[in-house]
Amino acid sequence: MEQPNLNYINQLARGDDSIRKTLLNVIKTEFPQDIKDYYESVEIKDFKKIEENVHRIKHKFGILGLDKSYDKANEFESHLRDKQFNLKEQQNFNKILITISEYLQTI
Amino acid sequence: MNCIVIDDEKMARVIIKTLCEQIKSINLVEEFSNAIQAIKYLNENQIDLIFLDIHMPNFSGLDFIKTLKDPPKIIFTTSDPQFAIEAFGYYFIVDYLLKPIEFPRFEKAVKKAERQLFVQNQLDQNKEPALKNDFYVNIDRRLIKIDLLNIYLIEAKGDYINIKTENKNYVVHSTLKKIEEKLPDSLFLKVHRSFIINVKKIIDIEDNSVLINKDVIPVSRSKRPELMKHLDFL
Repeated sequence: MEQPNLNYINQLARGDDSIRKTLLNVIKTEFPQDIKDYYESVEIKDFKKIEENVHRIKHKFGILGLDKSYDKANEFESHLRDKQFNLKEQQNFNKILITISEYLQTI
Repeated sequence: MNCIVIDDEKMARVIIKTLCEQIKSINLVEEFSNAIQAIKYLNENQIDLIFLDIHMPNFSGLDFIKTLKDPPKIIFTTSDPQFAIEAFGYYFIVDYLLKPIEFPRFEKAVKKAERQLFVQNQLDQNKEPALKNDFYVNIDRRLIKIDLLNIYLIEAKGDYINIKTENKNYVVHSTLKKIEEKLPDSLFLKVHRSFIINVKKIIDIEDNSVLINKDVIPVSRSKRPELMKHLDFL
């Protein structure tokens, strides 16, 4: 499974440590809330909300260099838009969320 | 260039802010987590450029642009490539950036916006003010509308002026100087101290006079060069 990295954030920061810290702080604060919102929408089976939350979260996949996961999230989102809930896609998506959550604890 | 960012995701707004800070010509003045707040702001503030997300809950970026009466330039910043064709249907859309946005691509889009704003400003400066089509004169306590395009001659007669149109003449208590200020320079010229003519109505010019409708009007020697400038020669 691909692993998150900070290449994009480092590129944006251009060696400025305060910018890097700001970006990391925002993602570390916002990501847990995104996950919470996502699981709540899954719980109540609100497909529109699930789709919106997947959309928000997938941007962070891109930021953390998870290109393949981003593509999979795109498919999951697209199916949700068509009101097709694919359990396997959801399980894969959930796994990526766990990987990112663990990674964010290490930085 | 003053700009704002509209995106429901804080991380996306912080990234745009970081990217803007790397370009001197851009001044990010405000950020919004939803488009409704931005509409209120735009009603009271002049902005050159908006970085706009498409996929936002309740009110999307595409809904938002439909509400704009005098839209600034817009760069879409989105994870959804599928809306690009629809987005470029609007003349004020400058670019469509896919997230995560990298600096070189961002810089290119900003330069494109700057070029478009520069061209627009040049066009606005060169635009001639709209021509007035008519004015009102007071004759015997009645206000009468006169169509400028119908006037072919205005003649000074003591304290009065005689405004001659194709259908009727109007004698008005006024001076040539006063009426001259109301007339567009592109159409009317004072060719003599007692006459203003509509240059589009000239039939022919001979020595120091012009034939206009059935009137032969003298042209002062000093006004002749100016008169020649108004004419379109073969």
